[in-house]
Amino acid sequence: MAVKVMIPTPLRAYAGKKESVEVAATTVGEALKSLTDQYSELKKHLYSEDGRLRSFVNVYVNDEDIRYAKKDQTPVRDGDTVSIVPSIAGGKGN
Amino acid sequence: MVTKPEVTSSATQETAPVTLTKKEIERYSRHLIMPEVGMEGQLKLKQAKVLCIGTGGLGAPLGLYLAAAGVGRIGLVDFDRVDDSNLQRQILFSTKDVGRPKIEAAADRLHGLNPEIQIDTFDTHLSSDNALEILKDYDIVVDGTDNFPTRYLVNDACVILKKPNVYGSIFRFEGQVTIFGYPEGPCYRCLYPEPPPPGLVPSCAEGGVLGVLPGIVGAIQAAETLKLIIGKGESLVGRLLLFDALAMRFRELKLRKNPDCPACGTHPTITKLIDYAEFCGVRGEEAPAPQTSVPEITPRDVKARLDRGDDLYILDVREPHEYQICNLGGHLIPLGDLSKRASELDSSREIVAHCRSGKRSAEAVEFLQRAGFRKVLNLKGGILAWSDEVDPSVPKY
Repeated sequence: MAVKVMIPTPLRAYAGKKESVEVAATTVGEALKSLTDQYSELKKHLYSEDGRLRSFVNVYVNDEDIRYAKKDQTPVRDGDTVSIVPSIAGGKGN
Repeated sequence: MVTKPEVTSSATQETAPVTLTKKEIERYSRHLIMPEVGMEGQLKLKQAKVLCIGTGGLGAPLGLYLAAAGVGRIGLVDFDRVDDSNLQRQILFSTKDVGRPKIEAAADRLHGLNPEIQIDTFDTHLSSDNALEILKDYDIVVDGTDNFPTRYLVNDACVILKKPNVYGSIFRFEGQVTIFGYPEGPCYRCLYPEPPPPGLVPSCAEGGVLGVLPGIVGAIQAAETLKLIIGKGESLVGRLLLFDALAMRFRELKLRKNPDCPACGTHPTITKLIDYAEFCGVRGEEAPAPQTSVPEITPRDVKARLDRGDDLYILDVREPHEYQICNLGGHLIPLGDLSKRASELDSSREIVAHCRSGKRSAEAVEFLQRAGFRKVLNLKGGILAWSDEVDPSVPKY
């Protein structure tokens, strides 16, 4: 099933400069796996060495945070949007 | 979550009733004729006390709109001076302000816009030692800073003092806005328990910001602040607004209060301010000079050796758009392409790698050494140091 994964600006450099990537998946975990299989450099930015999602990266299915759903087992349906939202700190634009 | 929080000013009802002068009525007439603000709302604005942390890209539109709207007391915290590179987006400042302390230039500008209000200035770094003391007198805190340690400091101080924290942050052409610190709403640590470790945040090659972006994000922070004061509308508490200026698209995500949050959860472990530099791995947005052991050469030494006729091969590992700004005539291979294109380099020649500040080129030198290059040096301080030490006609960016 086709799911759109939105790539945030700071991580686009590791995802072929793309704003979003379409993947086939039934869970969030599968969607992110498919994404990092295509763009291996993204992996270390999304996951820590023990394989857990980094604590400054949040993932949403549509507008819901997967931490409050079934985490990487959260189901995704055709047409859903998975958003990767990392923390950004800029305020002055250095 | 629909919340209509109302901020109560410490200027209590027991004191003499606050009124507007004839001049103020004329100044604020476009608010007064609107029922959502009206006299009641305008008097709330007059009694409100808002602290703006940072007077940069976000603080500029924020300060201007809060002052114009008649927020009675505005505090400004910044330690910086106005720089040429600020003027592309920090619309509080004029060319003649370059070199002045930001809060001084900002206070002048805001007073010029609205002499009826009080401006408090704090020419200081917000720190664990002074944050609670500075924040305590204000009803609302607006976070327009530019680094992770201060973000966590402002969050924790607002949670401890139970103050709303109108949050905005930007990166290139993307912004995030929400309100943290409401008792029933989440805080920054609910969203991001920890900051990114050093090295995983994009380097200066991916930095920069579209000048108008902080204008839009800061103006949204101003709108949310004014709504909190007058107690009208639906606030962004519990919602993260994402804005992409390139796609010109707004999106919204739900934020939840994390019951296990170390700052605002049911059993908080952060009950006083901590060492935020340490918590963030001693880095803000700008990385300190890397502690690498790669061989270096100073710009002066490179110049002397080139003048002497030594065969030095200059390798520029920046991005092509940076090469267009200024260059030393070096061979351009962006750091990200180096592994694919190392074969373009002649390992028998002595190579001097450089970038903007020396960080990326240190990585390049390390990579080339591992790839078997023996004669590779890092230009210490990058093209910035070259401009300082050798050729001031090279622009700094």
